[in-house]
Amino acid sequence: MSNNKNSTLSVSQSLLSILARNWALLFVLVLILIFSFTGINFFSSKNFQNILHLSTIYLLLASSETFVIITGGIDLSVGFVMGLSSVLSATIMRELHAANFTPALSISIGSIVGLIVCIIPGLINGVLVTKYRVPPFISTLGMGGIASGITLVMCEGFPVTFLPPYLTAIGNGYLIYILPGKAISFFNRPEGIVGEELRKLIRIIPNSLMFNFVILFILWHILKNTKFGQHTYAIGGSMDAAVRAGINTNKHLIIIYVLSSFLAGLAGVFNVFQTGIGNFTPFTAMYELIAIAAVVIGGASLMGGKGRIFGSVIGVILLRTIENGLHLSGVDPFFRFIAVGLILIVAVVIDQLFPDLF
Amino acid sequence: MEYLLEVKNLTKRFGGLVAVNNMSMGVKEGEVVGLLGDNGAGKSTLIKMVSGVYRPDGGQIFFMGKEVIIDSPIKAISIAIETLYQDLALAENLNVYSNIFLGREKLKKVLKFINVLDNSYMHDEAKKVLDRLEIEIPSLRNRIRTLSGGQRQAVAISRSIYWNAKLLIMDEPTAALGVTEQKKVLALIRLLRSQGIGIIVISHQLYDVFSVADRLVIMRRGEKVAERNIKETNTDEVVSLIVGAEKVTQRSD
Repeated sequence: MSNNKNSTLSVSQSLLSILARNWALLFVLVLILIFSFTGINFFSSKNFQNILHLSTIYLLLASSETFVIITGGIDLSVGFVMGLSSVLSATIMRELHAANFTPALSISIGSIVGLIVCIIPGLINGVLVTKYRVPPFISTLGMGGIASGITLVMCEGFPVTFLPPYLTAIGNGYLIYILPGKAISFFNRPEGIVGEELRKLIRIIPNSLMFNFVILFILWHILKNTKFGQHTYAIGGSMDAAVRAGINTNKHLIIIYVLSSFLAGLAGVFNVFQTGIGNFTPFTAMYELIAIAAVVIGGASLMGGKGRIFGSVIGVILLRTIENGLHLSGVDPFFRFIAVGLILIVAVVIDQLFPDLF
Repeated sequence: MEYLLEVKNLTKRFGGLVAVNNMSMGVKEGEVVGLLGDNGAGKSTLIKMVSGVYRPDGGQIFFMGKEVIIDSPIKAISIAIETLYQDLALAENLNVYSNIFLGREKLKKVLKFINVLDNSYMHDEAKKVLDRLEIEIPSLRNRIRTLSGGQRQAVAISRSIYWNAKLLIMDEPTAALGVTEQKKVLALIRLLRSQGIGIIVISHQLYDVFSVADRLVIMRRGEKVAERNIKETNTDEVVSLIVGAEKVTQRSD
């Protein structure tokens, strides 16, 4: 009798723990269900592709934050480093384009310089955190301010425009275009379609989705299957254990902050491709709030030692689905900050209540 | 028989404080030496000089007959001296075999150029060393967080043994353990001794030291005050040596 009771108890407990562990995923499904009724055209492949497409920069920022948070640190500079790389690479593209370089060359050089320069804030953060024992919260907060200031000086507070052509064609392109019954093409729209036909054109798999997939797969692999990933978890779990196991923790942490900054830079360059202009990051954007919230929703602990790329991806999709769904349901966009803030706090509460999950 | 580890006239000063003064002692292969002393007697400082945390201000360390200079914890580990501190230094968020291999992960190549962790190899090797030490842990894929104190101790010991430790220094191995767990750890120490490993045990638990050690070295105020074979002494004498009482006080009842 009591045995029976115990077993039902343990079954319901394990069910509860499965639910708690996957609450973010379940929440996404619930949101999709709700918004399908309330949102106009929410439930459509076009809108879902749109959500993923517009999630790109958040996916990059959240995955960079994932690495840092697993080590027990935090990077508050990612949003502003993204703005820096966006404005810097756009400025270089514009100048080269104005100097009659080919679009391909201007775009490549601009992107590469933007990416390389964004290693610098991460390097400085890493050195401050490891060699000078500055808390990551402070060093990255300060670095965010500095990056933001440099960005604004560079662009004088206006988006960088007059960039070479083809940027948005790449950034907003799709893998497959189908004009039902007439044409199919890859990467470029079928030639010579206008007006009504353009509206009928079916677009499948945005370029950004493939880009995300490749980057996230590499990051997932690093974290899950490599020595580097293992040491990242070990440092977050016990700095002492990592040091005594002979891991060069300072070097490792510097690489982590450089990686974080680099991914933020990548997000900035992608942003140029997506929007066709160089955007600085306004202080109200709060990209770091969304990135950190996504990582925590994905099951990471701010104490370090746990977190997964896949979890962070779910976190981003959750937050982006809320924003998209609220928007299509006619809710004022400012409410999304309230939603993000609330869910971030709920996620941390869940982490505190069930510390052994994930 | 020659000593596995021998320290001669080791001295360590912190400013004006002489933490360890002219200390000499030794450990043989397959011998358990209990290092005893009150708080502040200099046991930890002595051990930290052997494990490479502190550099001695004077004296020599001999390991396997040769003089060695141990200037870092990594150096100590590389010459097969392993130290288990009270906090064990395990990464609680990693599983058993990952901890045993932490910092020395076994890799395999995928597609001929991508190095990935060889989890099955590490699992099997970890299983072998745990079996050799007769340690039972339900699954080596369990995270350290889910293990008991004794199991954690066993994992930490297995890690040293897997990496061929010849000398094992254990700081309070039975503190914070339940009675059954204490017994298991003591049995493990005896097993290690039978496999020829030299062991230094620091402990305040006299009962545990007496049940496992072959020889006792007693320190007070940074100096060695006595050395006793376990068979030729008793707890009363040891206590009086530790606290520095002139005479062995008899119990009145």
